[in-house]
Amino acid sequence: MLLYALKRLVYVLPVAFGVSIVCFMLVHLAPGDPLTAIMPIDATAQQQAEMRAAYGFDKPLPVQYGLWLWKIFHGDLGSSIASGRPVASEVGRAVGNSLILASLATLIGFGFGAFFGFVAGYFRGSTLDRLASLVSILGVSVPHYWLGMVMVIVFSALLGWLPSTGAGPGGSTAWRPDWEHLRYIILPAITMSAIPMGIISRTVRALVADILSQEFVQALRAKGMGEWDVFKHVVRNAAPTALAVMGLQLGYLLGGSILIETVFAWPGTGFLLNTAIFQRDLPLLQGAILVLALFFVGLNLIVDVLQTTLDPRIQRG
Amino acid sequence: MNSTLPPIVEARDLTVDFAAGRGMIRAVRGVDLSLKPAETLALLGESGSGKSVTLRALMRLHPKSAKIGGTIQVDDADVLALAPSALRAYRGKTVSMIFQDPSLAFDPVYRIGDQIAETVMRHEGASRAEGRKRALELFERVRIPSPERRLDNFPHEMSGGMRQRAMIALALACRPKVLLADEPTTALDATVQIQVLLLLRELQREFGLAIVFVTHDIGVAVEIADRIAVMYAGCIVESGTCRDVIRNPSHPYTRGLLSSRAHGTLGKDERLKAIPGSPPDLSAPPPGCAFGPRCEHFIDSCAADIPPNVPVDSLHSARCFRIGSSPPPHPRRARHGSNA
Repeated sequence: MLLYALKRLVYVLPVAFGVSIVCFMLVHLAPGDPLTAIMPIDATAQQQAEMRAAYGFDKPLPVQYGLWLWKIFHGDLGSSIASGRPVASEVGRAVGNSLILASLATLIGFGFGAFFGFVAGYFRGSTLDRLASLVSILGVSVPHYWLGMVMVIVFSALLGWLPSTGAGPGGSTAWRPDWEHLRYIILPAITMSAIPMGIISRTVRALVADILSQEFVQALRAKGMGEWDVFKHVVRNAAPTALAVMGLQLGYLLGGSILIETVFAWPGTGFLLNTAIFQRDLPLLQGAILVLALFFVGLNLIVDVLQTTLDPRIQRG
Repeated sequence: MNSTLPPIVEARDLTVDFAAGRGMIRAVRGVDLSLKPAETLALLGESGSGKSVTLRALMRLHPKSAKIGGTIQVDDADVLALAPSALRAYRGKTVSMIFQDPSLAFDPVYRIGDQIAETVMRHEGASRAEGRKRALELFERVRIPSPERRLDNFPHEMSGGMRQRAMIALALACRPKVLLADEPTTALDATVQIQVLLLLRELQREFGLAIVFVTHDIGVAVEIADRIAVMYAGCIVESGTCRDVIRNPSHPYTRGLLSSRAHGTLGKDERLKAIPGSPPDLSAPPPGCAFGPRCEHFIDSCAADIPPNVPVDSLHSARCFRIGSSPPPHPRRARHGSNA
């Protein structure tokens, strides 16, 4: 098991290498000079050249890449052009916030999604199935920023139950597990959970329907197992795939929730990416994308190892 | 045979209807079965003849939408009247089942040993360790090599023959009185088939099992069964001892089946004899005898009424109007029958 995990870890290296090249090239593929945005319009050619030399943009690309990689290995992602703060700490805080939000949203989504999926799969074709399917289709197809706005209008503006934006009282950007902070996470988490809920519900429904039609379920009944025992077998069979889907959803939510984080001004990676794009803050953008991509790779690794542990048919070789 | 013992399985006028579209399809149309302890009955028939449906009805394994009619008595239990909890206690304990394809009948993500232990725990309130111990004994009994190690195998880690042995071990886990076998050798290759058949016969003697064995393979039926019941379009058209049915087939369908086998070498240009036509659509079965439209001895009265069960010998009967008036069985078949 451990050996398999290590082996998979080795396979991750080339992927991570590719990711780093793509991230590095982002800066150079974007139109315009990375420095144009922050240089005063009336800067002389000499000043521009000095600036380029200072940031290392005058060296050949492979050398630049080497230097960039070297710095990354030392935890230095450069500094934000807009704020001047180190990218590593900005991204680190944002990832922390996003991770909390995305994990909570995935948990909620997985809980409800799995429940609806099981109900729909068990009572295929019934009214319950149609109802559960409706909820899950709404979950994946309703625009989430719209859902977010509706939530804000209803629960913040009209009812005044929960705060509408931010991660904590007084514009706090460091989330802590207390009730004051918890109130801030409820609305974005529920809004965000609609996506994984819908997808997991559809997946689980299909899985359950497939498993229940397999002969071993009849064989279980034939040896006297009750519905509860059969249910346990169904869960155990559905778990590997359902967990894999859940892991990937968590990955998407970590980086792919720009709209929701923006609507709720949640200081996470999505919000950070949005800000970086609008401010043409390339080092920040580069660093954020790199960290997110590596996170996704790491998550895939975890899902892979977990799935192999749960499903004996997947070769560990 | 144990002709004095009361039957352990007794089904009377068994019918099974499935919901199909707007109407119902009657897949089993009035089957009578009787089986004594330690006796093996082969239900012989082609695909769609209702043999597996009959078998599963004995355990009420059909979906809830299916309607089972008639009566089924197994070991003094009125199967069709069993409450859900009594039904669960009956399944796997009094009657157990071997499935056609063991690679589909085991849960793929549980270890085989645990799946057997689960049954023992369910029916005997045993601990997991006791269940595993029983599984080990059974693995030794069905001659699975290195049984201890094999208990920890997942189904996909075993060969087909070994999986079917494991399936038999599972079926015997709680010492059932009746074993239902649904084409247990069909998914296996020929050499493994015979090993499994021999094992089943041996275990049957040892445990005094009554076996209902569903097959479409006459050779297999002859190998394992004391009695054969030939099914066609949801009815038993002929039943009798193995010897009677093979030597003296009295229903035209049975005769057709027997003559459609290849004996020894078939000449290059020689065609295998086949029964003309195809089995009836059960949603609209032909009137009277279901085999009528394909029968070479068809007379008008065949379409008028369903033929009664006419005794041929003391234990041999067939559902045909022409018994007694039909020509004697083909001498060639009789000779081959004696080999069986």
